[in-house]
Amino acid sequence: MRSIFPILTVVTAIIVVWYFGTYQMNKTWTQDQARRANVELTLNEIVADTMAQDRPKLPAPHQVTQEIWKTTGAMVLEGKGLSKRSLIYHGWITLSSTLVGFAIGTIGGILLAVGIVYNKAMDMSVMPWAIASQTIPILAIAPMIVVVMNSIGVQGLLPKAIIAAYLSFFPVVVGMVKGLRAPNNMQLDLMKTYNASGAETFWKLRLPNSMPYFFTSLKIGIAAALIGAIVAELSSSPLRGFGGRMLTGSYYGQTIQIWSALFSAAVMAACLVGFIGFLQRVTLRRMGMAQ
Amino acid sequence: MIWIVSVLLFWAAAIGVNIKIANSVWAKTRAGKLFVPTLFGVTILVVWEGLVRGIEVPAVILPPPSAIAVRLSESLPILWTDFVQTFVKGALTGYILGCGAAFLIAIAIDRSPFLQRGLLPVGNFVAALPIIGTAPILVMWFGFDWHSKAAVVVAMVFFPMLVNTVQGLKETDAMQRDLMQSYAASYWQSLFKLRLPVAMPFVFNGLKIATTLALIGAIVAEFFGSPTRGMGFRISAEVGRLGLDMVWAEITIAAISGSLFYGFVAFVEKKVTFWHPSQRRR
Repeated sequence: MRSIFPILTVVTAIIVVWYFGTYQMNKTWTQDQARRANVELTLNEIVADTMAQDRPKLPAPHQVTQEIWKTTGAMVLEGKGLSKRSLIYHGWITLSSTLVGFAIGTIGGILLAVGIVYNKAMDMSVMPWAIASQTIPILAIAPMIVVVMNSIGVQGLLPKAIIAAYLSFFPVVVGMVKGLRAPNNMQLDLMKTYNASGAETFWKLRLPNSMPYFFTSLKIGIAAALIGAIVAELSSSPLRGFGGRMLTGSYYGQTIQIWSALFSAAVMAACLVGFIGFLQRVTLRRMGMAQ
Repeated sequence: MIWIVSVLLFWAAAIGVNIKIANSVWAKTRAGKLFVPTLFGVTILVVWEGLVRGIEVPAVILPPPSAIAVRLSESLPILWTDFVQTFVKGALTGYILGCGAAFLIAIAIDRSPFLQRGLLPVGNFVAALPIIGTAPILVMWFGFDWHSKAAVVVAMVFFPMLVNTVQGLKETDAMQRDLMQSYAASYWQSLFKLRLPVAMPFVFNGLKIATTLALIGAIVAEFFGSPTRGMGFRISAEVGRLGLDMVWAEITIAAISGSLFYGFVAFVEKKVTFWHPSQRRR
C-alpha cells in the first residue's frame, strides 16, 4: 500500500511529459497553418490548438480518453454498443481469439510438459527445439499462417487463435516442466514408501506442487496470446479487432484511433493478467500455499 | 504412397533410436545430448518433405524443405540486403540503444527508493503490454526507413531490461552491503565492485529476453510500412504473391540469426557470470 504514492507520482510525471510532448510535436503543424493564414498566434492559442488537432502527431491524453469513451460507453448509451464501429465489438474479436488460442496453447503446453517429464527420450529431443523455437521471431510467420489457412478455406477465428496458441504455449511448457520437477527426492521417496502408483504420485504430489509455477506461466502466456492475436489481425483480410484498428488507423493517419486501440489493448492485457493473478491467489489459498 | 510409407518407417526408426539412446549410457555424454535433438530435427524435416511429396500438398500451401533450400541458395543477395536492413540496422541499433538506456536509467533509479517503488510496478505493467502496437505510431514519427524500426525495438526492449536491472541491483543482502560500508567503500566503489557484479545474472536475463523481442519488433514494424527491402517487407510482399518458398527462406534466415544472436549473448553471459551457481553446476 505504501507504494501507491510513488506509483501515482510516476504516473503523473508520465502524463505531464506526455502533455509537454504533445505540445512539442504538434506545434510545428499549428505554426505552419498560422503562417499560411498570415495569423500571429499567442502561446495560449498554440497550446490550445496542439491539444485539439484532428490528426495530431501525438494526441493528448484527454483526446485518447474521449475517443475511447466515444467508441465504447457513449455507443452503449445510444444502444449500439455492438456496432462495427465500437471498440467493444473489436475488443471482443481480439479477446475471443486470444482466449481460444490461450486455451489451446495451455492444454497443449501441459500435455507436452507431462510427456517431457515422464519420457526421457522426449525430454532430450523436444526440449532443445522448444527453446530454440523461441529465438525465432514467430510473429513473423503470422501473416503466412493467416494467408495459407485462408487459401485452404479456414477463416476468421482459428488462424488468429493458432498464432495466439503458439505464443502462449512455450511459457506454459517451460513453467510446467519446472513445476512438475519441483518435488524433491525426499518427497518422491515418501510417495514410494506409501506404495503410491505413478498416477497417484502425479495427481497428489507433482501436480499440486507445480501450481505456483503454472500460474506464473499462465500470466506470461495470456499476455503473449493477446500480442499474437493482435499481430495476426494485421494480416487477416477483413481488418477487425485491435490489430485491424491499428492498421486502418495507420493507413488513414488516424492517430487518435491507433492510440485508443493501443490503450484498450493495454487495459485488456492488464485485466487478463489481473484475472489470472486473482485465480492464482484463490487457488493457492485453498490449497494452503498462500504466500 | 511409397513416400508416405518410407517416411513413416524412417520416423519409427528414428524414434526407436532416440529412445534407445536416451535410456542408455550415451544419454549422459555430450555426443548423446547433441545427437538426440539433432536426429529429432532431421526427422521433422524428413517427415515434412515426405508428407508434402506423398500427399502432394501444393507448394502455395506448404513447400517442401528441399524447395526452400534451393530458393535460399538462389536468392542469397536479396536475403543479405534484407538481413542488413532489418537485423543490423533496425534490430541491432535499437537493441543497443534500448538496453543501454535502460541500464543507465536503472542505475539512476537505484539511488532513489522512492522512484524504485513507483517505477517498478509501472515498468512491470508496461512490460506486459502489447508494445508492438506502438509500431504504426513510431513508423509515422520516424519515417519508413530503419530508424522507425530501431525506435520500435527501443520501446520493446526498454522495460524488460529496466525491470531486470533494477531487480538485480537490489539483490545484495544487508550483510554484504554492511561489509562494504565497514571497508569505507564509497557509493561508486560498492556499485562497481559489489552491486553491479551481483546484478549481472539479472542483466543478462534481460538482455536475453530482449534479443528475441528486438528481432520480432523490427520485423513486425515493417508490416506497417517500409522501403522495398527488409525481412518483414519481403515476408508480407511474398505472402501476397503466394511465394511461400521465399517466405520460408526468410524465416530460416530470421531463425538462424535470432538463434546466433541469443547464443552470442548467452556466451558472453557465461564469460561474465562464470561464478554464478547456475553456470557452475554444469
